Amino acid sequence: MTRVLNLRRCRTLLLLWLLSASALTPAANHPADLYPFDDSARAARFWQLTTQLRCLVCQNQNIAESNADLAKDMRDALYRQLLAGASDDEIIDFMVSRYGDFVLFKPPFKGSTLLLWVGPFLLGALGVGALWWMVAGIARRPEDGELTDEEQVRLKRLINETHGGTS
Amino acid sequence: MIPETGLFALLLALVLALLQGTLPLAGARTGHPGWIALARPAAWGQCLFLSLALAVLAQSFIANDFSVAYVAANSNSQLPLIYRITAVWGGHEGSLLLWVWILSAWGVAVSHFSHGLPRDMLARVLGVMGLVGVGFLLFLVFTSNPFERLPVPPVNGRDLNPLLQDPGLILHPPLLYMGYVGFSVAFAFALAALLGGQLDAVWARWSRPWTTLAWVFLTAGIMIGSWWAYYELGWGGWWFWDPVENSSFMPWLAGIALIHSLAVTEKRGVFKSWTVLLAILTFSLSLLGTFLVRSGVLTSVHAFASDPARGIFILVLLSLAVGGSLTLYAWRAPKIQGGGKFQLFSRETLLLANNLVLVVATATVLLGTLYPLALDALGVGKISVGPPYFNSVFVPLMVPLIFITGIGPMVRWKQDRPGRLLRRLWLPLLVAIPLGGVFTFLATDGLRAETALGLMLALWLTLTTARELYQCAAAKSGFWRGLRALPSHRYGMLLAHLGLAVTVVGITLASGYSVERDVRVAPGGLIPVAGYLFEFGQLEERQGPNYSAVVFPVRVTRDGHEIGRLRAEKRNYGGGRQPMSEAAILPGLFRDLYVAMGEPLEGGAWSVRVYYKPFVRWIWLGALLMMAGGFLAAFDRRYRLVRRRVPDDQPAIPGGVLAGEARS
Repeated sequence: MTRVLNLRRCRTLLLLWLLSASALTPAANHPADLYPFDDSARAARFWQLTTQLRCLVCQNQNIAESNADLAKDMRDALYRQLLAGASDDEIIDFMVSRYGDFVLFKPPFKGSTLLLWVGPFLLGALGVGALWWMVAGIARRPEDGELTDEEQVRLKRLINETHGGTS
Repeated sequence: MIPETGLFALLLALVLALLQGTLPLAGARTGHPGWIALARPAAWGQCLFLSLALAVLAQSFIANDFSVAYVAANSNSQLPLIYRITAVWGGHEGSLLLWVWILSAWGVAVSHFSHGLPRDMLARVLGVMGLVGVGFLLFLVFTSNPFERLPVPPVNGRDLNPLLQDPGLILHPPLLYMGYVGFSVAFAFALAALLGGQLDAVWARWSRPWTTLAWVFLTAGIMIGSWWAYYELGWGGWWFWDPVENSSFMPWLAGIALIHSLAVTEKRGVFKSWTVLLAILTFSLSLLGTFLVRSGVLTSVHAFASDPARGIFILVLLSLAVGGSLTLYAWRAPKIQGGGKFQLFSRETLLLANNLVLVVATATVLLGTLYPLALDALGVGKISVGPPYFNSVFVPLMVPLIFITGIGPMVRWKQDRPGRLLRRLWLPLLVAIPLGGVFTFLATDGLRAETALGLMLALWLTLTTARELYQCAAAKSGFWRGLRALPSHRYGMLLAHLGLAVTVVGITLASGYSVERDVRVAPGGLIPVAGYLFEFGQLEERQGPNYSAVVFPVRVTRDGHEIGRLRAEKRNYGGGRQPMSEAAILPGLFRDLYVAMGEPLEGGAWSVRVYYKPFVRWIWLGALLMMAGGFLAAFDRRYRLVRRRVPDDQPAIPGGVLAGEARS
């Protein structure tokens, strides 16, 4: 758990931010931890993974939050695998093979989820295009009472015709 | 006999809503003054009878009348009085009754505060609101009657869901509904303008304070919901991207877009048809939210109801409202005349960009919320769409949004030069970017990109807002005099933008630096977290009014000094319900310390969650600032100035005559 806000090292900036409190980095391992780890990196991975996996019998809860028995079993399985040295991908593959895609809060990228992942970006790109096209159109639009380029040309021609003979 | 009075009042309200939704609209079309004049008394009458119905239901709760099915399902004679009253909206039927009552109250407010409005316009606005009321009253009476009696009344009620026995929940639903339903006013104004062909800047001006006010209520509702989830659900989260939360978040986002788009339409007469469409969409999202939550399509903490008949009824209602208004839009919108001209680099363009980002963000939330339902319905498979998805798609959208929020107010209408802007913005840019980075670097033993970006954006928005305030004030004669002369809507905007910056700081630091420990604690145990020492005392037993609790007292010290004492509880409400964890929180402006009890373990120990949450209060503090900003903007003097009274003997004006630019 290195992600602790260490405010002591930036007193001057603290003043700017009107801060007063400060915190310390806790030890990665404590005898009281329900899931103790030797190294903080693995503890952080454990925490990260528990928030990405869904408790299947709960109402929209991850396995870190849930008190359900199944969530506890899943946490235990996750803990054993982490201790055994499994990678994040291996653990996720294991969970998916056991419980299906439903267990992942971040849906996998595949055929049936294509629109889910591409949709927002597609919509954003289309929107930017439409906005550009529209604003450019409005910028070219004549103001009320203002003449268009063609009308300007015609006006000039008319003026030239009228005055052309005399000057 | 009393509950039947409530049902009777509901039926009378339905009749009045029918009157309100038909005759005034017809009258405005044909110019029949009597029918037009009917709108106001019908709105008042509808509200009166719905108030009566609500009072009757509350009375049934207070008197513990368990012969009423809804009371028996949601109350208990042991329940404290205050929760017996709030239990009125603790379930499906009652919360729908609250929904319609609030709709009728908005109708009364519009009729009361709109004396300057042309009478046919008011008739149309109230008529549209009446039609919405008819739909929901039919739904209430036919599928969700809160006054239904049980043939054999039980001796005692089933009790209110313990999750809802909490002060946060007294306020959360009413405020949320005030927001949801408040957007019906913007919707009604838009439809009235379409019906009457009066789509001008005047329409936008009338609609603006109502829209802003509805948005303020929605913000309050969402904020209290988030705060309630934080302390009541017992795992310290403040936003879960739960479908129910998303249902309120979508109209909130669309509402921000609408507020900004209305500003352009009023000031410059442009984007008129876009603004009308946005007003329709915002209220449609409110209806969709009601559908998602009330139909039981989703199963989550909030969705208490599940009955397919209800779902289908709301779906039909939703399609009628959305389909009808969009058809009207498609028919009338092409007649809307375009407004003034503006160049690529102008405030109009930036506000349009704001709208674009917000609409894409809303669509993203909609996609993520409905996608698993759609896949499930099509039988393609079951997936979950949760926080990792929303964060990875939503955050990239917020970055450009906050950036342009900083610039927008400083750019001139119609046309501006980038060079002029750069002269004013070099300082905020020069300060925000390095400072955000340096702070992150010092605070975290290494640069973390998300934190750096979040802090940079918050600093950028704060500094540009300050610069904008200085510039507005100094433009008049002298800075201090200028400050006093600044209109309140200007302060409102600046305050709301500042609130966004504060919320961004809270989100960035609370999600980046929280320390969360799941520990096993026996009485007398010591747990160090983030420099604080949590000393657990001996377990105690406590008897509440309708529960029994195990209490774990905790003393928190830092460097040997006591910071505070906490009492985490595990409550058992009986009746086979899950025991509830009552978190104990030591709040602070810069950090919260949070202790929640989990499950009992062997040997007298308990599993306990101990959290350190830096800057988490800033999330809600920012929301409070946004709300204050909204209030200042909605109650600006200029809206009151146009509220001149129209004499009652003035003849009604048939539709279309008022069309045209009438800027005051």
